[in-house]
Amino acid sequence: MRSGLADREGFLARLMLLPAIAYIVALVAVPFVIAIAYSFSDVTAGNPSYDWVGLDNYRANWRDPVFKRALWNTFFFTAATMVLTVVLANIVALLLTADFRGKWVVRFLILLPWTTPAALGAIAWVFMLDSLLSPIDWILQQVGLLDDNRHMVWLGKSGLAKASVIGVQVWRLVPLAAVIIMAGQTAIPDDIHDAAAVDGAGFWRRLWEVTLPLTLPVIAVAALFGAIITFTDMSVVRVLTNGAPVNQTQVLASWAYVKGIDGGNLAQGAAVAVFLLPLLLAATVAILRAVRRWEVS
Amino acid sequence: MAVAVEAVGLTKRFAGSSRPAVDHVDLATEEGEYLVLLGPSGCGKTTLLRMIAGLEQPSEGEIRIGGNVVNGLPPRARRIAMVFQSYALYPHKTVRQNIEFPLKAQRMPPDKRNERAEWATELLGLTRLLDRRPRQLSGGERQRVALARALVREPSVFLLDEPLSNLDAKLRTLARDDLKNFHERVGTTTIYVTHDQVEAMGMGDRIVVMLDGKVRQIGPPQAVYELPADTFVATFLGSPPMNLIPRDDVIVGFRPEKALPAAVLGEALDGHRRWTLEIHRIEYLSGDRHLHGLATGLGTPTPVIVRLPATVMMPIDVGGTHDFVVREDDLCYFDAETERAHEVRAR
Repeated sequence: MRSGLADREGFLARLMLLPAIAYIVALVAVPFVIAIAYSFSDVTAGNPSYDWVGLDNYRANWRDPVFKRALWNTFFFTAATMVLTVVLANIVALLLTADFRGKWVVRFLILLPWTTPAALGAIAWVFMLDSLLSPIDWILQQVGLLDDNRHMVWLGKSGLAKASVIGVQVWRLVPLAAVIIMAGQTAIPDDIHDAAAVDGAGFWRRLWEVTLPLTLPVIAVAALFGAIITFTDMSVVRVLTNGAPVNQTQVLASWAYVKGIDGGNLAQGAAVAVFLLPLLLAATVAILRAVRRWEVS
Repeated sequence: MAVAVEAVGLTKRFAGSSRPAVDHVDLATEEGEYLVLLGPSGCGKTTLLRMIAGLEQPSEGEIRIGGNVVNGLPPRARRIAMVFQSYALYPHKTVRQNIEFPLKAQRMPPDKRNERAEWATELLGLTRLLDRRPRQLSGGERQRVALARALVREPSVFLLDEPLSNLDAKLRTLARDDLKNFHERVGTTTIYVTHDQVEAMGMGDRIVVMLDGKVRQIGPPQAVYELPADTFVATFLGSPPMNLIPRDDVIVGFRPEKALPAAVLGEALDGHRRWTLEIHRIEYLSGDRHLHGLATGLGTPTPVIVRLPATVMMPIDVGGTHDFVVREDDLCYFDAETERAHEVRAR
């Protein structure tokens, strides 16, 4: 009997991997190489001829206060988003696993932000945080925390605008992180919780000494995924503040877009974006190591 | 100080289940007693134990520990300790941290905690394992750590949920001795759940036989074995089980080892019931012969098993028919309809 195509596993494996590889090469690898090449050139939208300029773009960026602001913001927004996301996602995960009436409605509502595209969610938040129409202001006025004719102007002041960006990032990341953490929590055998209850541990001790340590690997993975998503995201800043007030809320991704696409200076835009690389590499290595540790244990 | 546990009309219904998992159970331990809950899986023995622990809330009835009603109290307010079938050790804590955890929960100061943990580990021979984590331990060692964790804060009641079922057969025998010795030393009231009748008979001061959420019989091992309250207890205990022979409106029962060939007793047959056994099969098990055959003369001809002790050398062949006797006093009588034992044994 002849061996058919289905028996040649090596060939079949390569054949099936081909679409994925083609996709990654065309949409990730090629733009990545082009971006690095551009960052050492003087390519602009108006003059696409390639001339080597060495580190000129990096030097120019480094002298630019907006770039430094964006670099700092990227790290600060990511770190703040992660801390808040991990805390809130743990609380939400506990809520999701709890048993109460109407839990399906609550679960649906909690997961909703995750299913909303980032840009769409950001547009909704633009309205929520509008300088005149903000419903949040209205609520603050109703409960008496804000005078009737005054407004917070969420997106108009540096501190509040930064807080708003972080808030929206947290809003859209918490559901994903909560679902991942919930999976980790449900993997803990019931007996362990029962044993802790019999051993005399109350809710907080059980949380700190049993639930959290046992979900720590999963929390780490959720945090790393969230960090990568926040670190590389430009849509929230772009839609919510577009960098305002006066570039106070720019991050690397949005600033690269402003420079490269809006301003047409592809080379300088690419040099900004390349700064994302080292941290992303470190995060990827960390995730891969965490996953491998998981597989071993 | 040993403390008694009582259950009064204790019932547990789980949502979506038509019959209660535990159905109006009344029982009371004596102080310092080793009480074994025995029954097939799904009989409600673990649910009963979990209600005593406070891990399940009863649907009806009362639980008293040391005379106080504990319904609604969380486990930590009940001064009980429990060993789980899976041991439920904290995988991220060392043996020492596992054992100290209940003391930490009581806010005992670290030096005192240390002292107690060392006392418990010494008692159970775990001293050299203190810095290991549960996954580096063998099954037997894990079981001892679970026991140490239960023991360390000197509970008034021990609850053990099939603590031996995850051990291999050889280790189980050793662990059984350990558990029993341990109980004799600490003298704490212990409730032990098992589906293994050998464990129950060997360890229990008294045995509670359960089926379908109901208590069928409570008594010392010998009483439960020799005077079963109904046909379920009669056949659940003993291997091979009690022979049951229908006769008119009663069921006559006798244990396989209570029958002897008439020839062995010679003429001294006073107080014995004589019947005949047609031998179909002989099994030779650790010196004894198990005779499988058809019994006539005790009621409706019925297949029975007779266990001949190794000391009876009489030749018996498959296909032959022999006269057998059972002492009248060794016969049990059950109502054919209710399957409950008759109060008056001889008829």
